[in-house]
Amino acid sequence: MLSMGLNNAYIQQRLTDKFPDQVTGFEEPFGLLGFSAPAVMNLKIIQFLYEDEGLKFRFLTDLTAVHYPGKQDAELAVVYLLHNLVDNIRIRFKVYTGIGKPDIFTATKIFAAANWMERETYDFFGINFVGHPNLVRILNVDEMDYFPMRKQYPLEDQGRTDKDDEMFGRS
Amino acid sequence: MTNYFLDMGRPVQFNTKVKVGNMPEGYSGEGFFATSLNKVIGLARKNSIWPLPFATSCCGIEFMALMGSHYDLARFGSERVGFSPRQCDLLMVIGTIAKKMGPVLREVYLQMAEPRWVISVGACASSGGIFDTYSVLQGVDQIIPVDVYVPGCPPRPEAILDGFMKIQDLVEKESLRRRGSERYKELLAGYGIG
Amino acid sequence: MEEHHIRLKQDSLQKETTTLNLGPTHPATHGVFQNVLEMDGERIVGATSTIGYIHRAFEKLSERRPYYQITPITDRLNYCSSPINNIGWHLTMEKLLGLKVPRRVDYMRVIIMELARISDHLICNSVVGVDSGAYTGFLYVMQYRELIYEIYEEICGSRLTTNIGRIGGFERNFNDKVFSKLDRFQKEYPGVQQEFENLFTHNRIFMDRTIGVGAISAERALNYSFTGPNLRAAGVDYDVRVAEPYCAYGELDFQIPVGKTGDCYDRFLVRNEEIWQSLSMIRQAREKMEKEPPEVFHADAPAYYLAPKEDVYTKMEALIYHFKIVMGEIDAPAGEVYHCVEGANGELGYYLISDGGRTPYRLHFRRPCFIYYQAYPELIHGALLSDAVICMSSLNLIAGEMDA
Repeated sequence: MLSMGLNNAYIQQRLTDKFPDQVTGFEEPFGLLGFSAPAVMNLKIIQFLYEDEGLKFRFLTDLTAVHYPGKQDAELAVVYLLHNLVDNIRIRFKVYTGIGKPDIFTATKIFAAANWMERETYDFFGINFVGHPNLVRILNVDEMDYFPMRKQYPLEDQGRTDKDDEMFGRS
Repeated sequence: MTNYFLDMGRPVQFNTKVKVGNMPEGYSGEGFFATSLNKVIGLARKNSIWPLPFATSCCGIEFMALMGSHYDLARFGSERVGFSPRQCDLLMVIGTIAKKMGPVLREVYLQMAEPRWVISVGACASSGGIFDTYSVLQGVDQIIPVDVYVPGCPPRPEAILDGFMKIQDLVEKESLRRRGSERYKELLAGYGIG
Repeated sequence: MEEHHIRLKQDSLQKETTTLNLGPTHPATHGVFQNVLEMDGERIVGATSTIGYIHRAFEKLSERRPYYQITPITDRLNYCSSPINNIGWHLTMEKLLGLKVPRRVDYMRVIIMELARISDHLICNSVVGVDSGAYTGFLYVMQYRELIYEIYEEICGSRLTTNIGRIGGFERNFNDKVFSKLDRFQKEYPGVQQEFENLFTHNRIFMDRTIGVGAISAERALNYSFTGPNLRAAGVDYDVRVAEPYCAYGELDFQIPVGKTGDCYDRFLVRNEEIWQSLSMIRQAREKMEKEPPEVFHADAPAYYLAPKEDVYTKMEALIYHFKIVMGEIDAPAGEVYHCVEGANGELGYYLISDGGRTPYRLHFRRPCFIYYQAYPELIHGALLSDAVICMSSLNLIAGEMDA
């Protein structure tokens, strides 16, 4: 009976009732409800979305990050995409953290799938997931000392001597 | 069971014109044939190469198609592909080699016994391909010496066969003294081997 | 290589475990992943997986490339069924742009995607056979994978990494050769698939090797975010084609095969049954396609779809659009979109953030292989070494999709 009424407006209502003033930025691009919250609240909100019988977001579709160099103290955004398989609704949840001390609590205790997803996010962006059982690099070589997906780093390997830049239109 | 295989829209052809390989030049008589040793060894080696398919990515699926019955690699003498470098002659590097995989490839190459040949299949193995990124080795010849490069993304199985036939040419015509020669030792020293 | 020896129970024969490296170059690991196994005799008690041996930095690469040039990158994700990745990317772009495609294009896309799904499942199942020692089944079905390659070649020119289709449709209409090859495939492949199943499904040796190996319960599978045939074998009937229908899947009549225990045998059976469902879907799509006007194969979107060459040489607007599209100077509207398709391994998702420029601001691929491979140590705990090999190949791990 609740599943008949589960739509974006209902979810937004439940969230603002439970966490007033802390969930902000509600938007619905292409039908997907998205909102954001302070970084320290991430586990509480995910736990609420998981356990609440009216919401039941018990499937973690994806966990990734985005780097916004312009936003002061909120350069790194961690994005959680959750899915309620029973009622077939998705939701997108973002938390922002500063690049100086990017600490986010880990979601591995709620979702086992978050383990490698957080390792990949750490490998690419350098976000420190507090409480993660094994936060080491997963895709890049272990000796790499920078976080390559941040916007300031280039795509190509800078150590090459055999490329003729003039032929490729670079000066 | 055989009916639908015969029903492929083209008549079944039985090959009555079997091509016989060329005999090396030599002097023959009643019950003997004299030729130089490297011609006989070349002929034997080229028709029984045991490849080690070091398949990493998409080109590996074209290699699987090559091993299938349509473009059969076994008719060139490579029925048995091995995965132990100690037993193989030809290292086929098929697919992208990332910087993380480089040391592994080098270890496998060092474990092979002489004479050994290397064929680099695909654009990624030859030069990094479309992935000009921080994590991809821009060509496998940065770490091991390569004999034949097969371009393509992925190369058709016929292209890989063409590269394989060029390796066969190299195997046939190689001098028996090459692996101990100064020039070969310099080549390996350029890669930091031996 | 670090060795994490595990202290064993009092009544074990040995005092600590043996470390065995199932390394990145191993005949049975299809693609490059490494597992360091801790073994108590023949039983596996622990495993540490290492991936990243083919990390090609797709996500960073896509930030540099205009929207069209990302299609060849998506090819190389799950390279056994690359049309699904291509069409999924085009659907994401169409969602961002708000572009509607004609009905006939939807049916054409369904046919190509289901062919790709069949070719991926047949590789996976025959390779499970090869790993358990039965090489012949592989040879029988690879013949028909060659026929599928010929069908792709007629449309887009290449066999494996197809780069098929465009934003808004296809680059070429399906000509008579495509239809005659599809006819031949539809006529001959069911017999071959039946023969393949006769060799394996009730084969005593194959059943002993795969039943009970790598089993996972539905709750653990959902917690590990499994999707695709691996999740369906565990008993959950989640399929993106049914949950969020895209292209013409809403109109087609098909079923989702679901297993019980989630072990290797169930995954084998689920994939086989999906091949039969895909064959039926291709037949239905072709029947529905007959009712549409046959010369339609793309949407009318001159800003995103390359104009035909005759127009480029004669009309001014077509020339300008051609120039802009090829040079990558078309801007996409700003927005944030997540679109997913049912890939051969599960829910393949594209999370695209566009800032209104000519290249994406951030493009993230939700790769099913990467996510469900985390469960591998749990799947093989307590199994024998040969079971670990069969379990790995029945999960259908594609290294390109795992490492991106």
